[in-house]
Amino acid sequence: MKYLRTNIHEIETAAELQKILNENENVMVCCGRMGPMCIPVYEIMGELEEEYDNVKFYSMAFDSPESAAIRTAPQCRGFMGIPFTMYYKNGKVAKATTSIQTMAQVKANLDQYLS
Amino acid sequence: MEKIYDVMILGAGAAGLSAGIYASRGKLDTLILSEGVTGGQMVLTNEIANYPGVEMIKGYELADIMKRQAKSFGCTLKANVKIVDYRLAEEIKEVELEDGRVFRAKAVILTPGGKPRSLNIPGEKEFEGRGISYCATCDADFFRDKRLIVVGGGNSALEEAVTLTHFASHVTIVHQFDHFQAFAHAVEEAERNPKISFVMESELRTYEGNGTLQKVQIEQLKTGERTYLETDGVFVFIGYMPNTEVFRGWVKTNERGEFIVDQDMKTNLPGVFAAGDCVEKRYRQVTTAVSDGTIAALSVTEYIRSKQR
Repeated sequence: MKYLRTNIHEIETAAELQKILNENENVMVCCGRMGPMCIPVYEIMGELEEEYDNVKFYSMAFDSPESAAIRTAPQCRGFMGIPFTMYYKNGKVAKATTSIQTMAQVKANLDQYLS
Repeated sequence: MEKIYDVMILGAGAAGLSAGIYASRGKLDTLILSEGVTGGQMVLTNEIANYPGVEMIKGYELADIMKRQAKSFGCTLKANVKIVDYRLAEEIKEVELEDGRVFRAKAVILTPGGKPRSLNIPGEKEFEGRGISYCATCDADFFRDKRLIVVGGGNSALEEAVTLTHFASHVTIVHQFDHFQAFAHAVEEAERNPKISFVMESELRTYEGNGTLQKVQIEQLKTGERTYLETDGVFVFIGYMPNTEVFRGWVKTNERGEFIVDQDMKTNLPGVFAAGDCVEKRYRQVTTAVSDGTIAALSVTEYIRSKQR
């Protein structure tokens, strides 16, 4: 079931997330709601899809039980602001951030962790 | 020959998108460049209930409709860009992006909007998303049965404090004055709420903690006394400031940094117009921004047509 209206593909199930992580080296997932801290990150990701063609960009609904793997990830311990944004390298969490991020912050993480 | 747009709109909030709709609908070759998210402060608004002709709509949905409308008329939109240089005093206006691209236009409409004020005190960057928040709707449920502080004394601060009591065990409102600027009904509702207490004439000086926010230092402004208050989170609602810093010195602003424009939204620079929350005015609503953007686009159309005569 889709909860979000984003310009990037929304992952709907935990199984789909796992399949994507298994099949792709570099994956960025923004787990949030349709709110002011999350929408800017989805938009930034949509704009970076062309520039970072080595990375797969996805959104996932924070309130869906299917996103538990992100919400309960050890790398997200202490996070108290949505979205939780995950950078996966070869299926493992390379970096996680909390709350709104700027274009510069997202690009810096992509360059450092998913190059 | 480098492309020269008819008009370049700097900002993609309600004013910028409205200007984009009117300018491109008027057959002007129109480019919107935005350093922030498309929709500006509309995106920050959960529900918009008083936009004429629309009974109730999410802020991001209204922004999305405006964006699609502008694009449908041929407007080009580039969001989340970083502008590093502006050359607005020349006949042909130029804007340079961080990646070296330069965009040119015969006229410019400045619609940079505003940004939330932050306290700019030690610990702020460290604890953003780890106890510091600017959005109760987004983050309130991380603070169930926790102690919270709300900073501010306007409508947003008082209303969001009441909302946060549905989640938190207690909310302390810290405000720099001895009275609130919020409407009386908002103040009364907060004062009646048994989970809210008030620390007046005080300001936060530091955010402190270990991984997550644990306490803040508060200064009582009359006595200068500083004390610590333990807390699990701080929500900051201290208003907005116009995003006009980079233009000051060329484009005339008032003492609050708001652009001074005439009734046609013209600034002091020929071919440079301004609209939305960045201009000097009393009321700031989506509808007033839309109105400003419309007037600016129509004025630009007239400006460009007069140059061609």
